[in-house]
Amino acid sequence: MLTYLAKRLGMMIPLLIGITFISFLIMHLAPGSPTDLATDLNPKMSEIAKERLTKLYGLDKPLPVQYWNWLKRLTVLDFGRSFAPDGLPVLNKIATRLPVTVTINVLSLMLVFILAVPIGVYSATHRGSAFDQATTVFVFVGFATPTFWLALLCMILFGVQLGWLPISGIKSLNHDQLSWLGQLLDYARHLTLPVILSAFTSLAGMSRYMRGNMLEVIRQDYITTARAKGLPERQVIYSHAMRNAMMPVITILGLSVPGLIGGSVIFESIFAIPGMGKLFYDSVMARDYPVVMGGLVIGAVLTLLGNLLADLGYALTDPRVRTS
Amino acid sequence: MSGGGQYQGLWGEFSGRMAKNRLALLGLVVVLGLVVVALLAPWLTPHPPNAINVDAILLGPSLTHPFGTDELGRDVFSRMIMGSRVSLEVGLVSAGLATLIGVILGALAGYYGGWVESGIMRFTDMMLCFPTFFLILAVIALLEPSIINIMAVIGLTSWMGVARLVRAEFLTLKEREYVLAARSLGAGDLRIIFRHILPNAMAPVLVAATLGVAGAILVESGLSFLGLGVQPPAASWGNILNQGKANIEIAWWLSLFPGLAILVTVLGYNLLGEGIRDALDPRLH
Amino acid sequence: MHRFWLITALLALVLAPSAALAADYGGTIVVGTIGDATSMIPMITSDSASHEMSDLVYNGLLKYDKNLNLVGALAQSWTVSPDGLTITFKIRQGVRWQDGKPYTAHDAVFNWRFMVDPKTPTPYSGDYLKVKKAWAPDDYTFVVQYSEPFAPGLASWTLVQMPRHLLEGKDVRSSPLNKHPLGTGPYKFVRWDTGARVVLKYNPDYWEGRPYLDQVTYRVIPDMATMFLELKAGGLDEMGLTALQYRRQTNNEHFKKHFKKYNYLSSNYVYLGYNLKDPRFADRRVRQALSYAIDKKEIIKGVLLGLGQICTGPLKPGTYWYNPKVARFDYNPAKAKALLAAADWKDSDGDGVLDKNGRPFEFTILTNQGNAYRANTGVIIQQRLAQIGVRVKLRTVEWAAFINEFVNKGRFEALILGWTMPPDPDLFDVWHSSKAKPGQLNFTYYKNPELDQLLVAARRTFDRAQRKAYLDKAQEIIAQDQPYTFLYVPDALPIVAARFQGIEPAPAGISYNFIRWWVPKALQIPALTR
Repeated sequence: MLTYLAKRLGMMIPLLIGITFISFLIMHLAPGSPTDLATDLNPKMSEIAKERLTKLYGLDKPLPVQYWNWLKRLTVLDFGRSFAPDGLPVLNKIATRLPVTVTINVLSLMLVFILAVPIGVYSATHRGSAFDQATTVFVFVGFATPTFWLALLCMILFGVQLGWLPISGIKSLNHDQLSWLGQLLDYARHLTLPVILSAFTSLAGMSRYMRGNMLEVIRQDYITTARAKGLPERQVIYSHAMRNAMMPVITILGLSVPGLIGGSVIFESIFAIPGMGKLFYDSVMARDYPVVMGGLVIGAVLTLLGNLLADLGYALTDPRVRTS
Repeated sequence: MSGGGQYQGLWGEFSGRMAKNRLALLGLVVVLGLVVVALLAPWLTPHPPNAINVDAILLGPSLTHPFGTDELGRDVFSRMIMGSRVSLEVGLVSAGLATLIGVILGALAGYYGGWVESGIMRFTDMMLCFPTFFLILAVIALLEPSIINIMAVIGLTSWMGVARLVRAEFLTLKEREYVLAARSLGAGDLRIIFRHILPNAMAPVLVAATLGVAGAILVESGLSFLGLGVQPPAASWGNILNQGKANIEIAWWLSLFPGLAILVTVLGYNLLGEGIRDALDPRLH
Repeated sequence: MHRFWLITALLALVLAPSAALAADYGGTIVVGTIGDATSMIPMITSDSASHEMSDLVYNGLLKYDKNLNLVGALAQSWTVSPDGLTITFKIRQGVRWQDGKPYTAHDAVFNWRFMVDPKTPTPYSGDYLKVKKAWAPDDYTFVVQYSEPFAPGLASWTLVQMPRHLLEGKDVRSSPLNKHPLGTGPYKFVRWDTGARVVLKYNPDYWEGRPYLDQVTYRVIPDMATMFLELKAGGLDEMGLTALQYRRQTNNEHFKKHFKKYNYLSSNYVYLGYNLKDPRFADRRVRQALSYAIDKKEIIKGVLLGLGQICTGPLKPGTYWYNPKVARFDYNPAKAKALLAAADWKDSDGDGVLDKNGRPFEFTILTNQGNAYRANTGVIIQQRLAQIGVRVKLRTVEWAAFINEFVNKGRFEALILGWTMPPDPDLFDVWHSSKAKPGQLNFTYYKNPELDQLLVAARRTFDRAQRKAYLDKAQEIIAQDQPYTFLYVPDALPIVAARFQGIEPAPAGISYNFIRWWVPKALQIPALTR
């Protein structure tokens, strides 16, 4: 097991270097420089002040030098300082924004998993039934609806018309005065819509995948054998077939991490959630190169971690993988 | 691979299965309908899609304006008809590009194996690690949100699934007898790849491409929400919907119709893709 | 940026006696903002959110009153020497920083040094670099000396004052003040949840008297539609409305009962600027023709829903400096065609597009992406110009690339952009020919020697009447030359919950007397649930 882990970790290093290179390349493809935002069209802006800004940010150095310096610092987890006026270390900035995004995504992944498995299993065992067709349409509607539109409709219904749920943000203004239970409830109320909607949009992929796996597994020999042995159908499906069909789903969970992180840009904008997606978007628009590159790298690392966790989970349940 | 007879038999079987799948047929109808609308768009618009009328701002649906008017008094119905072209274009071109890249890289990796394979697959793994929307966003925002850029970037960031699929197919197909036979007859690599293996590996690729079209249309609408989609005055469903967002309570028509159009189209492509997958999968029958 | 001076001017001098008698202390206000602040040291930021939030914490030496006149703030009074070279500020006594340290003239000297220090990453150093020398002869006198009379210099001292004892000798970019400001202003900083909210609490020892409202919370809501829903659901007390929200979405009973809308001319204008290096636009007749062909009333009706005014020049209508008697270019397509014909632009091949020497008249208008008002303005202009035979393409470009690649390098034919109109009417940076260089603000390369002289003269006199005379003439020349087609000045459209009292709209807007806003005891909701 340990050698497997070491091997997996070793494989991540060239991937990481590639990731940093692509991140750096993309940032420097584009015209425009980060000082433009600070020196925007204010009539009271002078040329001297502008040059001064460029020098201060070290943008006058050649690109390979900038990349090399950046890479060297990365090895000690130093992503540099944001170009934004606050000048905070990139890692700090991302660290304050990451927990919300990760929480929402983990919750929504869990929700997806809880819903997708039964839907997939039932659809597969009742292929072509009304339930199968109805859930097929339902999960695809979730996938096919533009997220921000659906979010806005839900905000109007549950936030304004019914007044059941808060519209935006992650906590109330009086959050700090609440008891710990109250605080938890307050978070729960704020996260309800974002988590449910985020899960709804990614339900299709997972449930269809589960359904497909299940269909395949049901046709395997050992299931036929199990049936032939006279085991009750319920037990065949739920203990034998389902467990085997679920295992690849774990891998898919890992693979869906980048999609979720990317999608958080839209969720966080519409629900005013101060997370990683919003930070990334703001940084892109402000040409805050250190934060954008940090965001890309950390987003990719999260995916790598997700994949690693999924693989480990897989290896733990399936001994064959460990030796291969 | 020799005769057309086998093909026709397969095709007959395939179309027979498709015909039995009502949802897939529905998807096919939607997809074909959209193509017809997009092709005939200039003849279907009752009003010039970009004609402004500041005396007719945000009018509700009526006989003259079946889908109402927008913030500048333009006819939403006409703009949506024209917008169908943009949506279709974005969907087809970016999915096409992704498929092309995926097929080439996947075929090379699967056929040659060795360092070619490990190089290509490492690169694929790396690209799979990036939060795709982050990449798209960064490139679109930093370059320029023109329709060409949008299509190119979506295509360049969504080929990885296809590459993996094609490689997997190649790994099994290249050991098949007919391939070995072709090789022993002295057929070149390119000929074997393109004439013998690829046609047999295209089924899952077709499914992935269909789903890719749906994905690309959604990405454009997401970019529109951030103001980075197809830029005015050109109409896309995404940017009409984004305009509708700001007026959702007073002008429901401005968000409902484009929202539904996106929903139905994406749903259509998905159902069609699923249907093809089911019909092509012999194990399920 | 346009709210910068507005908020700087937010402290009302005059305590209206009636209001003071009835007003209750206490209550909170929640203000919606589309962007988060980037730093609480406003001189190193250029976004309006940072300025708006931090300006409640700090004061400047001077400020603008409700009628946009300069009055004393941390400086009680000031005198300008007869030769216009020296300004002497008398610093107010007894003012303390929020940590108890006294505010003195030495703080003011430090602030000048801070602004001209090459290590300070500020875009606002221009005006302070004109100061030859600044010193404090005693704790309550601050003197600045210029090498030549510099009228805009006075207004530059509205800049907020930072605490010397916390900043001197420290690296500004890593200073805790970025995250936790400490000033002399009416509100103390409490907390900043990045990307979500900034909370301020009243300063009981404020030198102008304790502000009425106990707490101010800024909530960051990046989407306008979400922000509006939040307002409707009671989660916000104040936000700026869009024209559509003002006209169409806030006229129902709910809003009439719970909110009050305000509507006054904002301090920025939007224009269509031409690249005068382009031979077509170098011809004044062509620019005038295009101005005649664009229906500004239509734009105001279509884009602003009537909530704005036609712009005729670079200074704000209704203010002291504004000259209304300049050439106007009301919509007149016939005149436009005649002027173009006089400049040899005729449709000789009958394709509906004017041409000259075989080249059709077509050009691209650039604007920055993400501003729906400007994009829609472009669409309307496109339609009108098509009617006189000029073909226009529109292109929106993301802000940073727009400035760097197109504006600064002069790589554009025409563009739609906006300028702020600060209360001090210095036109030099945008209109003087010496600023017609890459990276400078006169990017349309407009040069007029007569105008140059007037702008320099206007800068050198502290005599208001004299300065106005120069600027009046300057406005006439600019209007006649039409280097821009001046389009419109939009209205500012704030909406505030009805329970807030003491709001008195004035030329400076509504925020100038924010510390005198109050809520009757009975309506002071303990804490909002949302």
